[in-house]
Amino acid sequence: MAKYIGKEMSRVDGFAKVTGQAKYASEYKIPNVAYGYIAQSEIAKGSIKSIDTSEAEKQSGVLKILTHLNCPKTKSKDEAFAALQSDKIVFSGQPIALVIAETFEQARFAARLIKTEYLKAEHVTEAEKAPTVEAPAGFFGKPKPRGDANTAFEKSEVKIEAEYTIPIEHHNAMEPHAAIAMWDGGKLMVFDKSQGVGTVQGHLAESFGIPKENVSVSSEFVGGAFGSALNPNYYSFIAACAAREINRPVKLNYTRRQMFTGNGYRPYTWQKVRIGASRDGKLQSIIHEAVGNTSSFENFGENPNSFGRTLYKCENYDTPYRLAKTDLPTPTWMRAPGAVSGAFALESALDELAYELNIDPLELRMINYAETDPETGKPFSSKALMECFKTGAKKFGWEKRKMEPRSMRDGRWLVGWGTATGLWGAYQAPATMKMTVRKDGSVYIGSATADIGPGTYTVITMIAAEYLGIEPDKIKFELGDTKLPNAPMQGGSLTVASVGTAAHGAAGQIKQKLLEIVLKMKNSPMADAKIDDVELADGVLRTKKDKGNSLTIGQILQEGGLDEVSVTHTSMPGKERGQYTTQAHGAQFVEVKVDEELGIIKVTRVMEATACGRIMNPKTSHSQEMGGVVGGIGMALTEITEIDHRYGRMTTTDLASYHVPSHADIHEIETEFVEEIDTVVNPLGVKGMGELCLVGIPAAIANAVFHATGKRFRDLPITPDKLI
Amino acid sequence: MRPFKYTRAAETAKAVEAISKNKNARFLAGGTNIIDLMKEDVARPDELVDINRLSFDQIKATSGGISLGALAKNTETANHPLVRQNLPLLSQAILAGASGQIRNMATNGGNLNQRTRCTYFYDTAMPCNKREPGTGCGAMEGINRMHAVFGWSEKCVAVHPSDMCVALAALDANVKVQGADGKTRSIAFADYHRLPGDSPELDNNLKHDDLITEIEIPKNNFAANSYYLKVRDRASYAFALVSVAAALDVSGGKIKDARIALGGVAHKPWRALEAEKFLKGKDATEANFKAAAEMEMKAAKPLEHNKFKVELGKRAVARALTMAMNGGKTA
Ligand SMILES: Cc1cc2nc3c(=O)[nH]c(=O)nc-3n(C[C@H](O)[C@H](O)[C@H](O)COP(=O)(O)OP(=O)(O)OC[C@H]3O[C@@H](n4cnc5c(N)ncnc54)[C@H](O)[C@@H]3O)c2cc1C
Ligand code: SF4
Repeated sequence: MAKYIGKEMSRVDGFAKVTGQAKYASEYKIPNVAYGYIAQSEIAKGSIKSIDTSEAEKQSGVLKILTHLNCPKTKSKDEAFAALQSDKIVFSGQPIALVIAETFEQARFAARLIKTEYLKAEHVTEAEKAPTVEAPAGFFGKPKPRGDANTAFEKSEVKIEAEYTIPIEHHNAMEPHAAIAMWDGGKLMVFDKSQGVGTVQGHLAESFGIPKENVSVSSEFVGGAFGSALNPNYYSFIAACAAREINRPVKLNYTRRQMFTGNGYRPYTWQKVRIGASRDGKLQSIIHEAVGNTSSFENFGENPNSFGRTLYKCENYDTPYRLAKTDLPTPTWMRAPGAVSGAFALESALDELAYELNIDPLELRMINYAETDPETGKPFSSKALMECFKTGAKKFGWEKRKMEPRSMRDGRWLVGWGTATGLWGAYQAPATMKMTVRKDGSVYIGSATADIGPGTYTVITMIAAEYLGIEPDKIKFELGDTKLPNAPMQGGSLTVASVGTAAHGAAGQIKQKLLEIVLKMKNSPMADAKIDDVELADGVLRTKKDKGNSLTIGQILQEGGLDEVSVTHTSMPGKERGQYTTQAHGAQFVEVKVDEELGIIKVTRVMEATACGRIMNPKTSHSQEMGGVVGGIGMALTEITEIDHRYGRMTTTDLASYHVPSHADIHEIETEFVEEIDTVVNPLGVKGMGELCLVGIPAAIANAVFHATGKRFRDLPITPDKLI
Repeated sequence: MRPFKYTRAAETAKAVEAISKNKNARFLAGGTNIIDLMKEDVARPDELVDINRLSFDQIKATSGGISLGALAKNTETANHPLVRQNLPLLSQAILAGASGQIRNMATNGGNLNQRTRCTYFYDTAMPCNKREPGTGCGAMEGINRMHAVFGWSEKCVAVHPSDMCVALAALDANVKVQGADGKTRSIAFADYHRLPGDSPELDNNLKHDDLITEIEIPKNNFAANSYYLKVRDRASYAFALVSVAAALDVSGGKIKDARIALGGVAHKPWRALEAEKFLKGKDATEANFKAAAEMEMKAAKPLEHNKFKVELGKRAVARALTMAMNGGKTA
């Protein structure tokens, strides 16, 4: 029986966060720090004809102004945007100068006095009108067509064809991006808001052409990121340039508006889904096309349409994907990237098919259930999706649903129930952890991972506690610093599987070392014991057979003449994984109430049934799932970044006009975890859930709205103006 | 933000004196709007005259009705027993606006003078006649989903963002101001805000050195049958797509008096005078409410992205009247 794993535990960093002790990137008090403010281009495309900083330079407090004329050149060959490198303008809001002053307000004021003349070129920011290119293979490669989708579609008894769009959306985390950069001789130190300090370190080392060892990056706490701090953003480099130029630490903080052009966004996505099926609901063919926007200088692809390829039994499957080259900043990963966009289209189309066939939408998903991976033929390491369907439906009360749209009411409100399926890969990446156990029973663990809010500090501490047999409050976990051993960036829902596995492995090594000391003792009480015969529990090493036969860690270290025992352990994804497809799944059920007359939609009930391996901490897991649902509600109903294409400029660039859901938009959210015992994914049996829980939500909401109103919404978000 | 001088006024006369000496000075009340605008470089005063120490922050009953001090906070006003009992419409309207934190800072005077939320107005890289006369109206042929359907001009299609003011318009409030000459005068609410016409830079008919001291709401018989309905993009903390303040004085099923004002549709709170006239003396039925709503919205001139406001306006007016009839309870 596990002592900590699987039990509810409050966040270990909760107290520090609510009392303000937890420090976010821009909150460190650095003596003699100067402040930077970014001046931005007002045109979308062209070049800077002249830039006059003389007036700005005269203002009190101004220390230096960097423009493309005097900013150091990056040595990086990366095609990602680097600021202040040339006179070329590639998007509106692009930095054209960095003003450094004694205070933030002085810098901001001076930035407004810079006079810029542009040579304008014609821009295209509308993806529909932009030239397209074949999408790059991207992160997971480019899937080949399966079977002969076109012929099978033509031959199908029942055909569905529909187009869907998703607008550009922005992460809008609470904490604005920020960095403080300082040099000590040739060494650079940066506080950054980052989901992976290692990537920022690599980026800065490359940009300055200095060894990685000379760059250290710290990101102890992150106030939400949702993907916006995965790739290094341009500001850390120019902050570091400025710090070197003025020979002082420089703090650079985005404003809310700057967060719309400075750290990526979810791309606009057009999708067309064609589904061919037999009368009895068996899928014959799926052709899922997609076009996403990207920038003129970089190709960002997220394979949105690959989402369903491993989800349904369907022999013929094709997913053409292109990118539209717009004069906007490059998009990036955002909240369940790709999958949630693809799921919106495919899971909506499947609902359309269910109505065409008059088959219950959940039933239709069961009919096409894939027992093995339809793409590779491999077995799943575990897949309790069917149980999710059943448990979720039962808890939600799905059997009481009437198929007919507009058939359910609550007084004036039309009631609609919708469902969709979620899917996310169960990833793992190499991760290293340092673990030190001291004579007094206290423990230090460290790994350069991040905690952007899911509860990493807490869950990794729990894992260490479990396998060291030491209470969590004796364990200090350090993360978010390049001085620590490597870990993957926090993205793709792989942290616990990666860093947790490293913690598990490190604890195993500690046990080994302690046992070695015990075995060397004269008259060893555990003579002949093998590693599997002993366990660490309740602060002692003991034999499993005779729990009374034990030695405290203090005693053992004393015996070995040591103050502490320390290991650095690297865990790798297991070889066995290659023989399986490893994924996490979920079924999502949504109730909406619609005031059709006034165009109001309330998501009154959400039931998330999730199968993502073993649940480490039900409390933080529930929180993560709630967060995912809220993100899904925003995507479905409120979030959109508007662009005035005449100017190529975003217009909803503050939190008053970019609407994330408010508290009043959130009602009942229930989560149910269908636990899976999966020995393939990793020794802990964990899969990720952070993104999975969001994947089906927008489609489930749109499907529920259809059920309530009889109107099918294929363009997000579903705002009141569209509904009335 | 631009450097500015900060002056704290200890008494009313001093505040007015300070402001009349400097054309570029502005009053500072709760600061929830003016400070934002200064950070964005939209408002560029070189002096702020802080009026928070002045004494007109009371809410009291007067012989004619209820007086709201210009410096009373929105939260305090909405929750005051006098307002709750006698002016539930106003209470609802205030609570439908902004967020708890903002309402705790926001004052009644500041609420009247808050500026439009047109996103072009807020972005100094965009053309905007209201911010910089003569640069053109970015919204006219741009993204104008949030903009006006009544009373706009070729120069500006912005809407006034306040909820509180919609209720005040319906309740025929009077705005009391003290001018540079030390005299106080009263402005009828209908004449307080203005339509953009040729000078969209002016939101209202206040003179530069006028200080709002109180807002008076005459006695009325609407407390039993009034309702503030706000339709917006999310359930809270969003500006109105369309809002309606509806108030009825009904006796024996017949409408003795009706007041209807709309928010989110014009450069000022829009009184539905035609609809009001139509309803007077009629039976308080849904059919009559719908007919009144229909009649009022006929004059609407929507723009490219806000055509929905015409239909939504009709439905919202009818619904608000129905809700008012039901004493605010859902049918
Ligand atoms: C994110 C956000 C959302 C919001 N949502 C809503 C909403 O949904 N509905 C809504 O109604 N409002 C909303 N508001 C606006 C809010 O109600 C106003 O900002 C507030 O009422 C302004 O009051 P204040 O005292 O802070 O004014 P200040 O910012 O201090 O002043 C505003 C203006 O009024 C002038 N002024 C202030 N007092 C006087 C006086 N006594 N005499 C003459 N001039 C004066 C100032 O000089 C200034 O020009 C929102 C605001 C924000 C920031
Ligand atoms: S509508 Fe008015 S405020 Fe908006 S851009 Fe036009 S002139 Fe400016």
